[in-house]
Amino acid sequence: MKLAIVQTKPRKGEIEANLTALGDVFAQLARSDVPDLIVLPEAALSGYFLEGAVYDLALDAGTLAERLAHLWRERGDAGHAVDIVVGFYENAAGTYYNAGMYLEVTPGGHRVAHVHRKMFLPTYGVFDEERFLSRGRRLSAFETRFGKVAMLICEDAFHAIMPTIAALKGARLIVVPSASPGRGFGGRGELESVERWKSMLQTYAAEHGIYVVYAGLAGFEGGKGMSGSSCVVDPRGEVVVAAPAIGAHIVRADLQPREVDLARAELPLLGDLLAVLPDLLLDDELPLPVPVRVARDHKSESGT
Amino acid sequence: MSAGVLPVVEPHRHKAASLHVDAALTARWLEAFLFDELVERRGIGRAVVGLSGGVDSAVTAYLCARALGPANVFAIRMPYRTSSTDSLAHARLVVDALGIDETTIDISAAVDGYLQYEPAADARRRGNVMARTRMVVLFDQSAKHAALPIGTGNKTERLLGYFTWHADDTPPVNPLGDLFKTQVWELARYLGVPVPIVEKPPSADLEADQTDESDIGVSYARADAILALILLGYTDAEIVARGEQAADVSLVRRRVDGTHWKRHLATTAMLSNTAINEFYLRPVDY
Repeated sequence: MKLAIVQTKPRKGEIEANLTALGDVFAQLARSDVPDLIVLPEAALSGYFLEGAVYDLALDAGTLAERLAHLWRERGDAGHAVDIVVGFYENAAGTYYNAGMYLEVTPGGHRVAHVHRKMFLPTYGVFDEERFLSRGRRLSAFETRFGKVAMLICEDAFHAIMPTIAALKGARLIVVPSASPGRGFGGRGELESVERWKSMLQTYAAEHGIYVVYAGLAGFEGGKGMSGSSCVVDPRGEVVVAAPAIGAHIVRADLQPREVDLARAELPLLGDLLAVLPDLLLDDELPLPVPVRVARDHKSESGT
Repeated sequence: MSAGVLPVVEPHRHKAASLHVDAALTARWLEAFLFDELVERRGIGRAVVGLSGGVDSAVTAYLCARALGPANVFAIRMPYRTSSTDSLAHARLVVDALGIDETTIDISAAVDGYLQYEPAADARRRGNVMARTRMVVLFDQSAKHAALPIGTGNKTERLLGYFTWHADDTPPVNPLGDLFKTQVWELARYLGVPVPIVEKPPSADLEADQTDESDIGVSYARADAILALILLGYTDAEIVARGEQAADVSLVRRRVDGTHWKRHLATTAMLSNTAINEFYLRPVDY
């Protein structure tokens, strides 16, 4: 599967201009070695820090899907099917989300395969997402022509349980649209925040035997520099390719689904986890809600 | 089995918060910041820097020259009649090293034009008038050159409140504001700022023989180490336990706590559900 990550550097709030620029990128991608999957970062077409302007700029998924499918046909390669993952602010009938869309564009039409709504909304320090947005309620692994895929948006991937659940649900590829303000300059040639990202992604990929595709937003937003560094991590945890932190880039890679099987055969941790998982979760010391089914049984036993 | 004593491995006790910066990486990042903020966001490819002869404005000029090209950087020297001649000479070293445009505007007449009505003004008031006069000149020179004034304030002076409000802090873009003074020195050495500028004791040069460290009452090295720990949430007692002097810690804490207002714009009375920056929230680059 031919992958292209488009590390965008959008102009703040100028969605039309940013779509035009994306059209140029589609044209570039269509010139040779046309990709099967294009992945864009979080808030790829608007910029990340919007504050109250998010209500001016959020789009409904159908409208954005239509625009992107049209753009691919106009500027990309109308005869070549492509799947597109894009991070965007979603207006779902007046409820607003930080979302990621998995869109399938074929010569004959297009289909939204899935919309993932960011579950972990960072609201601390420089971040203020939950002041403006609602959080998603489910992490899904959904079918694509490349097998099951899951999306995690930025801080979703800071919680190790998220890629674990994605893998348990069958994902063989995790796509992470992200917008990470770079910080920490005391490191060794790389931003400390980027080092941390890579180390997390490598750990998840190797533990579960999955591909991880990370698309990082680039450009400065009011002094906060989005740290790009889009990368692909293979199912053995190796960084296959990575973009610089600064500036817009296209990252190309060829993903081999067979590598997932081979990595899992070599290190069958996911299979081991599946076996142990019930013991881990059916543990009354965990702060989990009482399962609905148990509560219902209890209700019927009490004779009401 | 040996009954000998096993070697013990321990972490370094109270490892200090490191203030080391990767200067090459930092310089690249700040160049990209300046380019994005000026050229890409505002469509302004020129910068005006008030060159004092000190290390902060020197580093700012170096970064601007790297980001925009030396031909697009305009240095303004703004001496007052009591300013040190070293300051002017050191500013000249930067101009010559970078090959940037330079203008010297003596602010004595402007400052004294006002202060003649306030002969009793003390050194602090006089210094503030000088700083605010320089701000007026800097903004006007920016208009003249179709350029943007670039701020030079560092994190240490911002945290200690060691600056004139609505003067040194007014330029709309500031590359150094999240770097402690000791980190600015590290960056200066990497950028090749002339050695006399990096090695001299920093001074606001508002009065003869003034130095920052005697004004503040603690060295930059200690102030930065203490500030770094304060920002991480450590209490004074915990900072003292890490080897800092109690008097230094208390002095630095007092300066930070007494100057939060200086790091904000004016306090505006809120009367509605649409109060600007309280309810009506738009990012600066929107």
